[in-house]
Amino acid sequence: MTLLQQFILPRLLQWVIVIVVGITITFLIPRLSPVNPIQQALARLTQFQALEPEAVLQLKEQLMANYGLEGSIVEQYFRFWGNLLGGDLGPSFGAFPQRVNDMIGRALPFTVALLTFTTIMGWIIGIIVGTLAAYYPGRLTNLVAGVMIVVYPVPYFIIAFIFLMVFTYYIPFFPLIGVFRGEPFEAEFIATYLHSTFLPAVTLLITGLSFRFIMARALGTAELSSDHVQYATMAGLPDNRLMYSYVARNTMLPQVTDLGLSMGAIFSGTLITEAVFGYPGLGDLLLQAIYQADYNVVMGITLLSIVGIATASLIVDLSYPLVDPRVRYR
Amino acid sequence: MFGIVGLFTNIRDLMKFSGAFRWGFIVLVFVFLMAGLSWFSPYEEDHRRDTPRGKPPLTEISIGRDDDGERIYARTLLGTTSQGQDVFWQLTFAVRNTFLIAGTAVFIGRSIAILLGMLTGYMGGVFDRVLSTIIDSLIVLPRLPLLILIAAILRGDITTLGLGVLLGIMDWAHPSKRYRAQVLSLREREFTHTAVFSGMNPVKVVVREHMPFLVPFLLADVVSGFLWAIGMEVTLAYLGLGQISVPTIGSLLYWGNYYNALLLNQTWVLIPAIAAAVFTVAGFYMLSQGITHYLDPRTRLTRLGVSDS
Repeated sequence: MTLLQQFILPRLLQWVIVIVVGITITFLIPRLSPVNPIQQALARLTQFQALEPEAVLQLKEQLMANYGLEGSIVEQYFRFWGNLLGGDLGPSFGAFPQRVNDMIGRALPFTVALLTFTTIMGWIIGIIVGTLAAYYPGRLTNLVAGVMIVVYPVPYFIIAFIFLMVFTYYIPFFPLIGVFRGEPFEAEFIATYLHSTFLPAVTLLITGLSFRFIMARALGTAELSSDHVQYATMAGLPDNRLMYSYVARNTMLPQVTDLGLSMGAIFSGTLITEAVFGYPGLGDLLLQAIYQADYNVVMGITLLSIVGIATASLIVDLSYPLVDPRVRYR
Repeated sequence: MFGIVGLFTNIRDLMKFSGAFRWGFIVLVFVFLMAGLSWFSPYEEDHRRDTPRGKPPLTEISIGRDDDGERIYARTLLGTTSQGQDVFWQLTFAVRNTFLIAGTAVFIGRSIAILLGMLTGYMGGVFDRVLSTIIDSLIVLPRLPLLILIAAILRGDITTLGLGVLLGIMDWAHPSKRYRAQVLSLREREFTHTAVFSGMNPVKVVVREHMPFLVPFLLADVVSGFLWAIGMEVTLAYLGLGQISVPTIGSLLYWGNYYNALLLNQTWVLIPAIAAAVFTVAGFYMLSQGITHYLDPRTRLTRLGVSDS
């Protein structure tokens, strides 16, 4: 009961606040901006051909309806929520009759696969290697730590770009943009998928791993000098037991909290990495949408990422009692 | 005034104390010198076709004609771009503009963060609880998609300074929480009680007693703000958002890609910008590592122990 009251309910409330605030901001941005998206779209459409004034007027009304710009701002706001809850993100302007839902639906599995794999692997490997580094200090450890400290602050985009240059230009082993052949789950598809996904996955893994490593090493070093570990050492517990049950276990807690907080940054990194490598996920879709000024798609991806990230970090936070018995039994 | 003197003492101590800080400082001095050189550039910032296009580094290029109509030749240090710009001088402008954007963002973001952090920390009560819940939620809000949405709508209408302001407005939630934690701990310290009981004015307590503790903290925080803002600037510019006609580290890469520098084997267009980005962020990060290490209470105790003996 206290777990529910003190831990789960406040966290759920926070989840609701994030989504309401995020979606309200997304609603307000185009309406407060000095640039009118309707005029922009009209200018683009009438750029290469003269249309009759009536046709332009009709087009404008159509666009207003599509953007949900009819009526007062309060009406618009409720209609916006209605469409969202109904799961309708409107039509795409770049690839007109297609719905934004379908376009996102096609790209989403690619992003989810890449994101889930690299986040979980980076988290686990980073913590294991970082704890080992804290446990066995030495020259090799310092070298690894030095590399991680240089890699960590470099923006995702720069790392991705360096990898792109090295492995598609200097050593042309991987494709410059993602190539996928065959139907899902056929041998050819899996082969081309692995070939095209290797570089983006490695980029995300390295960037994700570097911070986990730095954090795990710092936390592990602090934990090693704590009283209970020193007592356990004197009691003659085996190294393995000491490391996993006494050191790593305790450093997990801040790592879980931090993973929940950094979901946004990880997602942003995945978007940009996909865009750099031409991996056909949300990031690449977003890049195409920006080039074509396909405003509805950009909006759809923004909304989806707000809900997705808020939910992902909620799940991570709710798993906290699993690793921390104190929260469970309070 | 007190804060500024404190800042210099802090930097001097840090130089003595931490190797990482020293190296980061040296790297950043070079980067800043690079930015400073932009004021001595022979070319205009946004001019194109000043030089022949796509020449590799260290080749002789003609850079115009003298009064008799004879061509003047000069060597280009880092080559020229497909737009006929000298890479070296473009890079100086780029570093300067990126710093300008990041600096604006950091100033605005940290101002909001300090204000809110102190307000919530000192006032406490319902005010603190409501505001803290909102701030906690904002931390989770993904910022890149929102930034992309704003920049995509504004397109070319956003100025360099405007981008800095926008980034600043996006980056205060996390730091404000850290200031709040810091203030909460300072408020309960012994010396605060002593000051309050001896009748010191609350404003004076904050400025004279607490500020010296917050200044080094601010220093580390400013650095992480710079890292984030530079990363965002590069990312947005690569996507073709923001003012891409103005040279920044990101827009150099954007134009390099736009003219297919990789396919044309013109890697000298891309490598300097990548190197500038890596050196800048690594320099800033080493700086913050030094400061964090310096602030760590455990190392602080050993340091005091050393100075005592």
